[in-house]
Amino acid sequence: MKHTISVLVENRFGVLARVAGLFSGRGYNIDSLSVAETMDPTVSRMTIVAHGDTRVIEQITKQLNKLVNVIKVQEYAAGDSLERELVLVKVHTTAQARPEVMQIVTIFRGKIVDVGHTFVTVELTGTEDKVEALLDLLKPFGIKELVRTGRIAIARK
Amino acid sequence: MKGCEIVVDALLREKVEVLFGYPGGSVMDIFDALYGAPIKFILTRHEQAAAHAADGYARATGKVGVCLATSGPGATNLVTGIATAAMDSVPLVALTGQVSTPMIGNDAFQEADIVGITRPITKHNYLVDSVDDLPRILKEAFVIAATGRPGPVLVDLPKDVLKAESSVPYPAAVELRGYKPTYEGHPQQIKRAAEEISKAKRPVMYVGGGAIISGADKQVTALAVKAGIPVTTTLMGLGSFPETHGLSLGMLGMHGTVYANYAIAEADLIIAIGARFDDRVTGKPSTFAPQARIIHIDIDPTSVHKNVKVDVPIVGDVKQVLRELVKIVTRCDDEAWLAKVEEWKRKHPLSYSRKDGKLKPQFVIEKLRELTGGDAIIATDVGQHQMWAGQYCKVVKPRTFLSSGGLGTMGYGFPAGIGAQAAFPKKLVVVISGDGSFQMNIQELTTAVNYALPVKVLILNNHYLGMVRQWQQLFYRKRYSSTCLARNITCPAICDGSGAKCPPYVPDFVKVAEAYGAVGIRVKTEREVVPALRDAFRTMKPVVVDFEVAHEENVFPMVPAGTSVKEMIEGVELV
Repeated sequence: MKHTISVLVENRFGVLARVAGLFSGRGYNIDSLSVAETMDPTVSRMTIVAHGDTRVIEQITKQLNKLVNVIKVQEYAAGDSLERELVLVKVHTTAQARPEVMQIVTIFRGKIVDVGHTFVTVELTGTEDKVEALLDLLKPFGIKELVRTGRIAIARK
Repeated sequence: MKGCEIVVDALLREKVEVLFGYPGGSVMDIFDALYGAPIKFILTRHEQAAAHAADGYARATGKVGVCLATSGPGATNLVTGIATAAMDSVPLVALTGQVSTPMIGNDAFQEADIVGITRPITKHNYLVDSVDDLPRILKEAFVIAATGRPGPVLVDLPKDVLKAESSVPYPAAVELRGYKPTYEGHPQQIKRAAEEISKAKRPVMYVGGGAIISGADKQVTALAVKAGIPVTTTLMGLGSFPETHGLSLGMLGMHGTVYANYAIAEADLIIAIGARFDDRVTGKPSTFAPQARIIHIDIDPTSVHKNVKVDVPIVGDVKQVLRELVKIVTRCDDEAWLAKVEEWKRKHPLSYSRKDGKLKPQFVIEKLRELTGGDAIIATDVGQHQMWAGQYCKVVKPRTFLSSGGLGTMGYGFPAGIGAQAAFPKKLVVVISGDGSFQMNIQELTTAVNYALPVKVLILNNHYLGMVRQWQQLFYRKRYSSTCLARNITCPAICDGSGAKCPPYVPDFVKVAEAYGAVGIRVKTEREVVPALRDAFRTMKPVVVDFEVAHEENVFPMVPAGTSVKEMIEGVELV
């Protein structure tokens, strides 16, 4: 089961290495990690997606809390947070296929952000499921390149 | 002040009495600032020993131990000592030199990314990139090392930072947003623990090093006596409860007493105090205390539910929690249980055979214990002798048994003894070592001699890496692969130690001791043991006593790794 863990850390050098090292050193798996500054430039937020049973996730949260540079750790239960990913995908598209691709993108409320003779580049934000669904529909056209961010999440309340 | 002066100033403000270390290019400025400063500096002969000595000093005193080494190899030589301290929660500040900031990352001479290397083995670490940060970082290092669950903190000091000037004052306090250890236990949880204890019929207290770190030995005893609960300690917990007490079960776990392990196996309540359910204690976790509910008191939340599911977790300082718990706890109705435990103690005492007339290592430790009455500070190395020390030293006071429990570092004992002796120059400090372990830091004889630190080293010399040999005997069909320390190029490829024509043992520890200016004594028979120990203890110099003990003596009882008490090998007659 995948868990979303939101971690407020001091914005100091080496903090990312501490967090990444904690996961690798203790054999926990990171599915994705995204990090950026918060409103307070001395603080960054990391959103980590990890999987494991309850015991492993409990240890991950506690071990993260134990790091001196970690200010706060929150684990979001399903439904507690809004989650988004961003994907940029370059799809092989001939002139004939272009309308169909555009139609799919519209259904997903994605955007065409670049276009060439043989490709279009699509941008989409959404939950992991939504991104997967779009990719599934675009796959038959031929995906030339794909770049995806990790998940970010914000508490509903 | 210059950076290097800020460092020395910080050491003085933190009341550091002794500093262990070794100079080198990157830290020359600190050594220059130390020249003539009112702080005792002990120059070890290897940086690893400086880290262990600082660790031994810290364990014996409860204060922060400090070591200092140069960049690159100086810093990497500290690594084993830092990891040792981390595993056993020892407050240590390690200061390392670093190449100048513009050179960092250029593979400069004697450059190593020591902050990267030690990240997983420190509680926290720092690379100081501006001299203005130095006072704050040094203050934080001392605070972090000593508070909460203590541990090593490394501060990496680039040479240009040490040379730069700053007027930033040394702070009185620190402000760490992400660091707030919990000291006070939750009152509701403490109440629940008291209720569990009042209902228990077969309770056992399982006490670890946390009780010693917290200074909770009196509270441990108070709880045991008031509630009437037998107490077993881990290797790290030896000294938290007097082993001479009627309720003491001695050490538990892989080489624990039969009665401690039986008691755990049949207990209906385990009160774990400053202990972390290490695999050497639990064996197979699913078979550990299968009938028991578990109360777990620990300052480190990550220790709770890590290896074993706990029923009543209490996160907090052991001393504070116990103080509250003792107030409200009532006596258990466990007379039948105490009688049963007594019977186990009578039926299954620690024992070894003296029938074959050979000098037994256990005998040496028994005599040591008789002569010192538990008053000496004992430091051990790692292996069979360490387990015999744990079994037979009958430790009665906290901070008098120093041993590398978590990491199991051979070579720890002697420098740790040196550190303890530096802290307590008048006390008797005895290192129980093996012929393998002692050679890992044998060069520190110089340090002991030069600084007049009269540490007594007892080598239980069995010509083997005994613990590994024991496992080879029990689990690898006596294939003694590379565990015989007498082995040389003339030996046959296959040798199980029996009836072999062995080459002479190298080195001659008595001559080695003498070469260093220490005293060497050799003991081959039982009747020489007491006079030799008396001689050694009377000598005001470092002494090495080489006890030629039985080569293939094994440590029993033994619960083989990853098994349950049912698989316990009780003693000699069973093998």
